[in-house]
Amino acid sequence: MTTAVAGPVYAADPPAARLSVTLDALVAVYHRPSGVTHLLAAPSPELLDALADGPADAATLRDRLAVLYDLEGDGSATIAARMEELVVAGLAWTA
Amino acid sequence: MRVSHGLRVGPVGFRIGSAWRQPVAALRSLYADYPAPDDGVADLTVRLYPERPWRRWLRPSVAIGGDFWLPDAAPLPLAQGLLAAEMGMNLQVALGWRRHLLLHCSAVERDGRVLLMSGASGSGKSTLATLLALSGWRFLGDEFAFVALDDGRIHPFPRAASLKNEAVAAVRAAGGVVGPVIEGTPKGTIGYWRPPATAIARMAEPAPPRLLLFPRFGEAERVEAMAPSETFVRLTQASTNYVALGQPGFCALTRLVQSMPALAIGYPDSAAGLALVERLWSAG
Repeated sequence: MTTAVAGPVYAADPPAARLSVTLDALVAVYHRPSGVTHLLAAPSPELLDALADGPADAATLRDRLAVLYDLEGDGSATIAARMEELVVAGLAWTA
Repeated sequence: MRVSHGLRVGPVGFRIGSAWRQPVAALRSLYADYPAPDDGVADLTVRLYPERPWRRWLRPSVAIGGDFWLPDAAPLPLAQGLLAAEMGMNLQVALGWRRHLLLHCSAVERDGRVLLMSGASGSGKSTLATLLALSGWRFLGDEFAFVALDDGRIHPFPRAASLKNEAVAAVRAAGGVVGPVIEGTPKGTIGYWRPPATAIARMAEPAPPRLLLFPRFGEAERVEAMAPSETFVRLTQASTNYVALGQPGFCALTRLVQSMPALAIGYPDSAAGLALVERLWSAG
């Protein structure tokens, strides 16, 4: 279990609100509620999918990703940075 | 409108109305072999009109309007009335068409598959498409590629090719007939090349895409593969209706990008460009 880091709790639309197509290292994402297209690099698509289980802070998201992927180190700071980018892009928000 | 003319190019039925006879007469001549809109009903309407009533006679100035319009579309002198009609047709398609994904591309077909060429004005995409058509390819269009939303096939839109400046001489040197030629336009000299009868007769026949090129005229010869994500971004920028189409546009464009390779090419002159395209097509 990762040490909990106090920080914002993030939320996103359910996966059905997005269409994702892997083009190469980048994933094209069509966000149905806004009609906006995004190009995302890992781990942003995975973070959005991890929010399907409900709102979460960066540490909790790290734990959810660790179930599916081999992660090295804590990574919570990186996850928080990526989540802030997704908030700016309109694909996530702070709950 | 004093005079009007209806014609169909590919899937689009146009009605062009004008306050002057000359632009419509020139259009009728250039598009003499094209059919009328299906059932006589146009999909898009172009209006050529004087900005002020007296500008119909006094230094006649042709403003471009229609179902859709841009506030900064500058009027043209009456001597360039055919160009105004052509620009008006482009404008109406770019702003109003929703039945296909529109890409600012030229397109030619051989052996049932389509070569798309995308690039800004001056890249040579119109010239290459015209020269390829003169050497046996089927001409699908030099301005817009119409991508079907359901199956991704490319529908022809074989308007008269708009050749600029040096391209007029290049096409004439290859045996093409260019005319009329309009001097002193905002883009320099523009000459129109009328597509062959077969291109018009087969303009309801779509074909699937096979190769996408991003040509650059006047550069040393080069060929660079483009990543699908970069191709996707460039084609969103080359589309006039991607945003308006929403999810169907996203699905059509991602499918298109995944269905064919994309190459950026440079070429120093038309002959080298033609040879390079033929080589790349044969290698594919």
